[in-house]
Amino acid sequence: MVTNITNLGRSGLSDWMIQRVSAVILAFYALFIVLYLLFNPGLDYAAWSGLFSQTWMRIFSLLAFVSLAAHAWIGLWTVTTDYLKPTAIRVGVQILVILSIFVFLVWGIQVLWGA
Amino acid sequence: MSNLQVSLYRYNPETDSAPYMENFEVDTQGRDVMVLDVLHMMKEQDNGLAYRRSCREGVCGSDGMNMNGKNGLACITPLSEVVKDDRLVLRPLPGLPVIRDLVVDMALFYKQYERIEPYLQNDQPAPAIERLQSPEERDKLDGLYECILCACCSTACPSFWWNPDKFVGPAGLLQSYRFLVDSRDTATQERLAELEDPFSVFRCRGIMNCVAVCPKGLNPTRAIGKIREMLLANAT
Repeated sequence: MVTNITNLGRSGLSDWMIQRVSAVILAFYALFIVLYLLFNPGLDYAAWSGLFSQTWMRIFSLLAFVSLAAHAWIGLWTVTTDYLKPTAIRVGVQILVILSIFVFLVWGIQVLWGA
Repeated sequence: MSNLQVSLYRYNPETDSAPYMENFEVDTQGRDVMVLDVLHMMKEQDNGLAYRRSCREGVCGSDGMNMNGKNGLACITPLSEVVKDDRLVLRPLPGLPVIRDLVVDMALFYKQYERIEPYLQNDQPAPAIERLQSPEERDKLDGLYECILCACCSTACPSFWWNPDKFVGPAGLLQSYRFLVDSRDTATQERLAELEDPFSVFRCRGIMNCVAVCPKGLNPTRAIGKIREMLLANAT
């Protein structure tokens, strides 16, 4: 029995599922942003701000932020367990990564909803 | 035709402080012999050379080694398949502790094999004669049961190099699926429960080194995908 306490879902199956679903969401979001920029050449602040003032865009963006946070947690957790063998360094980096993701997520929400 | 230049990994823990590469020159008389035959010729030059071999026809799985950078069985690998410019580099299987020369300690590999409980488990009363399978049920075991546990796949897998104590590895997972899919085995739930952590199965990143090196042409990556499908079907 292999146990883990610092991965996101506490289970490999759950992590694997979240990683794949979040990847698809991020792909759609990235595609949308790229297409939006392509189809709106002389983009100004008002149009950009108007896009993000709509509820559906805020939900879509928040979904993408949460997906990015989960995706990064799972991916970087995997990297640390592959390459960082001394426990103190590995756990330290894992905690640092998780706290950074939390800070970036809250910051992202503030940018999105605070304006 | 010039002689074959062989660079061989040597290490004898009783006399050497560190491993080193030793050069041999072997006259194959222009014949396209197997790598194992070349090793026999080298052992005639230096009978202290250590390697494992038994059946010399790709059935026992003893002589897995790294030939010019690729894992395989020396006994069924002709020189024409691996040698370039008359040069051959022979190393032990990567990632496992070396006991001597090309002989590696396979304890971790076997520990992972033992973990997946590689035997039929059935909690129903034994029938008078035998447990029958339909031809279709038997067909599902093709491409799985043929594994000879030579360890070429697992020792070509970076995920197994980094976490050989937690990741079962392609060889063990191929056998795990062989019992998961067997219609006569009733321990499916217990087997799946042992595999759903982030390491045992899910450390596989699907790079398919295992498929590229398997001397029996088997596909552990496909078996790992099937295990994931079973885990997903079971938990959603």
